[in-house]
Amino acid sequence: MTELATTPQAKELHRKFTEDVLAMPAGDKIKICQQCGTCTGSCPTSYLMDYGPREMIAAFRAGMIDKVVKSNTIWLCTSCYYCTVRCPAGIKITDLMYELKRLAIKYDLTPRSSKNPAMTKYFIDSVHRNGRNHEVELMGRFMLAKDWGLPFKFAGLGMKLFASGRLPLMPKKIRGRDELAKIAEYLEAEEAKVQ
Amino acid sequence: MRYLYYPGCSAEATGKAYDVSTRAVFAKLGVELEELDDWNCCGATSYFSVREMESFAIAARNLSIAQSQGDDDLCVICNACYTTLAKTNRYMNESPEVFKAVTGALGAVGRAYDGKKPVRHVMDILVNDIGLEAIADKVTRRLTGLRVAPYYGCQFSRPMGTFDDVQFPTTMDRLFETLGADVITEYDAKTDCCGGMMMLTKAEGALRLCLELLTAAEQYGAQVIVAACPLCEMNLEAYQPKVNAMFGTDFNIPVLYFTQLAGLALGVDPRKLAIDRQVISCDGLLAAIPA
Repeated sequence: MTELATTPQAKELHRKFTEDVLAMPAGDKIKICQQCGTCTGSCPTSYLMDYGPREMIAAFRAGMIDKVVKSNTIWLCTSCYYCTVRCPAGIKITDLMYELKRLAIKYDLTPRSSKNPAMTKYFIDSVHRNGRNHEVELMGRFMLAKDWGLPFKFAGLGMKLFASGRLPLMPKKIRGRDELAKIAEYLEAEEAKVQ
Repeated sequence: MRYLYYPGCSAEATGKAYDVSTRAVFAKLGVELEELDDWNCCGATSYFSVREMESFAIAARNLSIAQSQGDDDLCVICNACYTTLAKTNRYMNESPEVFKAVTGALGAVGRAYDGKKPVRHVMDILVNDIGLEAIADKVTRRLTGLRVAPYYGCQFSRPMGTFDDVQFPTTMDRLFETLGADVITEYDAKTDCCGGMMMLTKAEGALRLCLELLTAAEQYGAQVIVAACPLCEMNLEAYQPKVNAMFGTDFNIPVLYFTQLAGLALGVDPRKLAIDRQVISCDGLLAAIPA
C-alpha cells in the first residue's frame, strides 16, 4: 500500500481489516468498487459523517483505514442497508461498517464524541445479564453515563410511556442465560486458537 | 394454520402494542401463534458491532429452539429481529466459516441447528400465507376513505428482499387496500430510515430523518402512519413533539402498528389493540372510521 500506512497502528488495522473482509461472504467485492458514490448518495446520515461510505473504501485503498476507524463515520451508520442494496458492485457496505465498529472497539479507538459505543456496550451487558434487552435498564444506564440532561429532556415522554405500561421496570430473565455466556466463551476460545 | 412466534425484546416494553395487536389479529383470523420457548435477544445491530460470530450464534440459539419446538415457520414481528434472524440463516448457508462457528457454539450448550428454519415476517404471513381474500372475508369495519401512509422502515425488506422489493415494497399497501383504506401508494419515504437507535445517541440527526418522514406523510394528506417495527413506531410517534420543538412544525399525526389498524378493521376492540395507550391520541382517527 501507499506510504500513508506507515505507523504500526495504521499497518495493523489495514492488515486486520483486509483479512476479516476477505473472509466475509462476498467480502472480495470490495476490490471492484468503482467509486461511483451511490452508497454515499443513498446514505441518510452521510452528511454528518467525517468520511462517507465511498470515501471509506477510498481510504482503505490508500492505506488510511485507520483514519476511518477513529472517525465518527461508523457510529453514524444506522444499518438501513440502502448502500448495500444499491451498490452496483454488490459490496456489502453495511457489513464493512460493522467490521469497522468491531475494530474500533477491539483496539479501543472509539471517538470520545460518539455516544454510540457506550450504547452498544450497555445493550450487550443487558442481554448478557438477562438474556433479553431490558429497555429501561439500557436507557437508564445510558443516560446516567452519557447524557445527564436526557431524563429531564424526556421526562414528559418517559412518564407517558411508563403510565401506559410501555416501560416495565423489571427485566424478564430467560432460563438459558448461562447458555449465552457459554456461547460467548466458546467463540472467544476459538478466536484465540486462530490467533 | 399454526406458527411459532418470536416477539422480540421491544414487544415486552415500548413495542408492547405490536405484540398485543398481532396476537389479536391472528386470533381473529383463526391462526395459532405459539411463542418460542425461552427465546433470547436476537442480538440486533449491537452484537454485529462487537463480535460477529457471537451475533450469529445467539440468533441461531433461537432458531435451534424453533427447530426442536415444531415444524411450523417462525413468525417475527420486529423488522430488526426479522433481518437479524433471516441474515443468520443466509450467512450460515453462504459461509462455511459462519456455519462451523455457529454449530460449534451451539454444540457447546447441547444444541444443534442446520440453518434451515424458515424465518417469516408477520406481514409476509398475513398477505402471502393467510391471504388477502381470507382477510377480506373477515373485515367488519372497513377503513373507508382513511388516508394511510404505509411506512415499512429499513429492515423490512432490506437487505435481502425475500418477499418484497428492497426499495419500494408494496405488501402493506395491498393489505390496507383490502381493508378498504385510501392507501398512499406513492408514499416515497416508505423505506427511508427513522434513525433507529440514533435517537438516543445523536438525537438531532434522527429527528431530522423523522422530520422528512412526517413531512412527506403530511404532504400526501395522511391521517395515520402505519409502521412494522417497534423502533420506527417509537421514533415517529413518541418523538413528534421533539421534531416540532426542533423544526418549528406542528405535526400531530397518529402512528400505529399496522396490526393495530388491521385489527380495528377486523372488528377487534380498540382497547384490546392497545390503541388507547398510544402517545398521540387516536380519538380523532377512531371517529373518522365508520363504525
